[in-house]
Formats: sequence, C-alpha cells, structure tokens
Amino acid sequence: MSAQEIAFVIIAGAGSLGAIRLVTSKNVVHAALYLVVALASVAAVYLIVAAEFLAWVQVLIYVGAIVVLLLFSLMLTKAPIGRETLDNQQRGMALLVAAGILGGLVFLFQDAFGASSEVNPQVTRTADVGVSLFRDFVLPFEVVSVLLLAALVGAVVIARKDEWAEQTGGGADLGAKGEAERAG
Amino acid sequence: MIRLPFLLFFSAVLFSAGIYGVLARRNAVLVLMSIELMLNAVNVNLVAFGSFLQDAALTGQVFALFVITVAAAEVGIGLAIVILIYRNRETINVDEVNLLRW
Repeated sequence: MSAQEIAFVIIAGAGSLGAIRLVTSKNVVHAALYLVVALASVAAVYLIVAAEFLAWVQVLIYVGAIVVLLLFSLMLTKAPIGRETLDNQQRGMALLVAAGILGGLVFLFQDAFGASSEVNPQVTRTADVGVSLFRDFVLPFEVVSVLLLAALVGAVVIARKDEWAEQTGGGADLGAKGEAERAG
Repeated sequence: MIRLPFLLFFSAVLFSAGIYGVLARRNAVLVLMSIELMLNAVNVNLVAFGSFLQDAALTGQVFALFVITVAAAEVGIGLAIVILIYRNRETINVDEVNLLRW
C-alpha cells in the first residue's frame, strides 16, 4: 500500500463511521455533527485525489453552509430525542435494502475495476477547473445559476408567513390543525 | 497512486448509509441529511472516475460542482418545506404528514 492509500483508508474509515453513526444516532444534533465528520472526510478524499478546488468548495458549501442550515432548521422544529421517535418501524427492512445495495455495489465495482486499476492523481489547479467550466460547460453553468435563483425565490416564498391568508381567515392553512383536532 | 476500488467502496458505504437513513428515519431533517450523504457518494464517484480517466476537460470535477450546487438548492427548498409543514402541523415526522394519502 502506498502512503496515499494508507491516508485514504484512515480518512475513509472515519468518514464511514460518521455516516453510519449519522443514520443510527438517537440525537438529531449529534446526527448533524456526524454529518460534518462524513462531509469533511469527503473533502479530505478530494484532496487525496488532488481535486483541490472541489475540496475547498466542499468545506465552504457543505460544512459551512448546508450543515448550518440543517442545524438552524433543527432548532426551529422541535427535535425529540430517542430511537422510537426518530426511527420508524421499517428498520429491519431498511437495513436489508441498504446491505443489499452495498453488497451489490461492492461486487460490481470489484468485478469491473478490481484488477489493477490505479488512479494516479494529477494536480488540478483552480485555474484549470475555471477554464473547463467557462469554456466547455458554459451553458450548464448558466442553467445552474438560473436554478439557484429559482430555488432562492422559491424558498423565500414557501417559508414566509402567509399574511394574505391570515388577514382573510387562514385560506392556505392546509386544514391541518382542524383535521388533527377532529382525528384526536 | 491509489487503487480505484478503494474510492468506489467508500462511496458505496456512504450511499448505503444514506439509503438506510432515508428508509428508516421519521424526522424529515434527518431524511434530508441522508440525501446529502447519497449526493456526496455520487460526487466521490464522479471525482474518482474523472481522476482515473485522466480527463483533460475535468468533466468529473465540474459535474461534481454542479451536483453540489443542485444539492444546495435542494436543501434550501427542502428545509423551507419542512418549516412550513412544521408551522402547519407541528410535526415533521414524514409518516404523520399523510394529508395527500388515500
């Protein structure tokens, strides 16, 4: 094993452990912190294959922004603690499906790329990524920017308090509270 | 030098953990976290194959960037919907939000 492989095994072990603890943790805030471990280990894997820009994008956007967003929404919604409230009754079936997918993927990868397929990472500078992005992928880049704008506007519209409905007597209430009262 | 299956196995573990989380969790925010995990597994695969194939146009990395962008948009919209559901129903357990189920 080369030095890169040893470093990768350590990082991937930590990341896999974080991912598994993320989906089995009994505390939602702990789950969010395990998500940080998994995402940071993915960033470290990007560094090992010498994708420098992507590694820092991963740190900035995932660890910096998305985890903070998730933590905020955990704070805004009441987050109970305990296995019974966080997991549903399909745990065994879910474990079966996940193990089946893991086994299938590992078998396929081993079958297709097991025999002496080596990655020799070439250092990709940020400038190379930029040239590729703005020369070969300009149209997808612009489409993604429109998508981000639409998502931004949509998130504001969805999460804003509906003042019109409050003034006119709660039109867009989804009828949820009334139905809950009737049901129980 | 690093063998390609190492990277692929790592992404397979991340993906299966995400699948388990999506299927077994009730809390909608935890389901979103598991989806992020699966998207990260895809990104690892994209970067691994891009590095393996020595692509001059860096297609793998650029598409990983696009996936990260789409994931950010998705988590923004998803959390907005979660907060709206919480405001209306005072729960974000995905099996209790059954207004549209017949």
